[in-house]
Amino acid sequence: MSAAQWRRAMNSAAAAAAPTVRAPAARSVQALPSSAAETVPSWPGRWLARIRPRHIVVLAALIVYPFVASPFFTYQIGAQALALGLIALSLTFLGGYGGMVSLAQMTIAGVAGYGVAVFGTSSAAAISLGWPWWLASAVAIALATAFAAAVGWLSVRTEGIYTIMITLAIGVAFFYLAQQNYTVFNGFQGFNRAGAPEVLGTESRDPVAFYFTALACALAGYFLVRHLVRAPFGIALQGIRDNPRRMASLGYAVTAHRVAAYAVSGLLAAVGGVLMVWYNGRISPGTVNLGAMISILIIAVLGGMKHPIGAFVGAIVYVLLQNFAIDLFVRERFNLVIGAGFLAIVLFSPDGLLGLWAKLRSSLVKTQTPQQTRRQP
Amino acid sequence: MTRISRALLALLALAIVAFSAWALVDNAPLYLKTLLNGLTLASLYFLVASGFTLVFGLMRNVNLAHGSLYLLGAYVGWVVGDHTGSWLLAVAAGFLSAAVLGLLMQVLVFRHMEGQDLRQTLVTIGLSIVLADLMLWGFGGEIYTFDPPPLIYGSTVLPVVEKFPTYRIAVLIAAIVIGIGLWTFLARTRVGMMIRAGVDDRGMLAASGVNVQLVFAITFAIGAGLAGLAGVVGGTALSISPGEDTRYLLASLVVVIVGGMGSVVGASIGALLIGLAEQFGLAYAPTYSVVFTFVIMVVVLAVRPRGILGRAG
Repeated sequence: MSAAQWRRAMNSAAAAAAPTVRAPAARSVQALPSSAAETVPSWPGRWLARIRPRHIVVLAALIVYPFVASPFFTYQIGAQALALGLIALSLTFLGGYGGMVSLAQMTIAGVAGYGVAVFGTSSAAAISLGWPWWLASAVAIALATAFAAAVGWLSVRTEGIYTIMITLAIGVAFFYLAQQNYTVFNGFQGFNRAGAPEVLGTESRDPVAFYFTALACALAGYFLVRHLVRAPFGIALQGIRDNPRRMASLGYAVTAHRVAAYAVSGLLAAVGGVLMVWYNGRISPGTVNLGAMISILIIAVLGGMKHPIGAFVGAIVYVLLQNFAIDLFVRERFNLVIGAGFLAIVLFSPDGLLGLWAKLRSSLVKTQTPQQTRRQP
Repeated sequence: MTRISRALLALLALAIVAFSAWALVDNAPLYLKTLLNGLTLASLYFLVASGFTLVFGLMRNVNLAHGSLYLLGAYVGWVVGDHTGSWLLAVAAGFLSAAVLGLLMQVLVFRHMEGQDLRQTLVTIGLSIVLADLMLWGFGGEIYTFDPPPLIYGSTVLPVVEKFPTYRIAVLIAAIVIGIGLWTFLARTRVGMMIRAGVDDRGMLAASGVNVQLVFAITFAIGAGLAGLAGVVGGTALSISPGEDTRYLLASLVVVIVGGMGSVVGASIGALLIGLAEQFGLAYAPTYSVVFTFVIMVVVLAVRPRGILGRAG
């Protein structure tokens, strides 16, 4: 985003946005056309103008993929990467654009997952309420989003490195609660055969159907983030990331923006969590343990937090490693491989694989002027 | 402190007093035993968390590999204890091994990324994954236990509670001694003075001619060493197995969040609160005991975002 664009968006944001934020998504949808009106007549036209050949190629590949790949690759690799990527995307949004690195994203996904199992159907008939899948999922997502907002409210009271500690403590505490509590969370074994819905006769765990469900959710999440970070809310959020004090003195409600960012990211993570439960058919404390929480961070950092696509790139690499590390390396040393890989990325390429790709491209294409590198710090 | 938070605190204190009165009348031995157990756990948490808070206070480094240092100290201590048969040597080995690893981490890695809080934290996360897997590789999933020396083995008869493990009393005393030692070190010695000065203002300390890197290295070694020492001490009180690193990492995190980062006294207050809450939760509301820990954290964060003894800045 160029400085001019940024300034324009800032001005329109200052005009359009009252400092308090209740429904960031709805407001930004209203606010965007007014900012776009100066340059392009309508915002659908602006969207169309941004489509590049590579976008069409990627989309076509994603649609064709389940019909050429085996069910294993469709389901275990493709769909899982999309669901994990969605959870990691929530962290990319929060960390990359909000400057708040939360480790509790998997916990929020887990709250949604437990919600699906508790409100919907599962093998633990004594606990599950047996609501229809759409109601159970909707309530679970709403609950997890509210939980995320509460986590946000708690952790934004402090800044920077405290966030990571507080969210980590919340996440690990939730794990221990889920493990030791039998009345709501069914303790150590969790829930089996949890609510995979049957819509129009097809069970959504059918690989192709589930793949497309996950793809639809992932695309919706991706475009939501792409849209939000250009909307006044997202611009203000990035301003807060870079200089909270200055934004506060400009009249922005820093805390409200941050909590709203947590809620948005919670919504993304919750959808990912529901997908994860449908994918696994089960949820247990192991789904939300420290390893799982950190794996979301690893995916986001591996891919690169400067662009939403990084979350999905990271998820694909992570899922491939998870499934094939056993064949490539010593058996059961997956954590060592992923930990060392993570260390290497953090130590040598803080922008993740996307950063590596950008470096590679700029070194290959010497003719490009430095101004044309796509992102600026 | 606002009037609302003062009223909340008074209400909380009233609830605790009421609960204690009820529990004492209902079952005094259980209450006192839980109290003693809570104090023992609090001393363990203090040993682990004091190193964590020291390192954070001076270097702004959130060392999420602190739990791994705990577990490493415990394993190395177990190996040494197994070979030599001496428990005291095991404690020393636990301290030294973790201290050396902490020193290496500071000198080889963190020194080169000063001021990059988030990156340092990510590195410690990576390190904790690698260390946890290496230890699982080396020691397997079995549960290891220590034999404390006969002097502090067995049980002591106390009034009302009757039998109570002597070792736990020893842990309590050891934690108090170490706490006082740490306080004396920080308050009375020259290095301790430098550390405290560094906590307040690193730049000024460097400007007055002190070798800050050396102070950092010493602090990191002591902080890590305390975690390793706690590993052997805690491993003797309970046991060591994979997953303990997470448990003590959570404990250190909550203790320093509650007590205030960078303050050793704060760590002792936080450890006391969390240790007691956990044991009373386990005794009186088994399936919700974590909730108590969590509620304490939420209340403290809501009233004092930087912890009880935390300072702004």
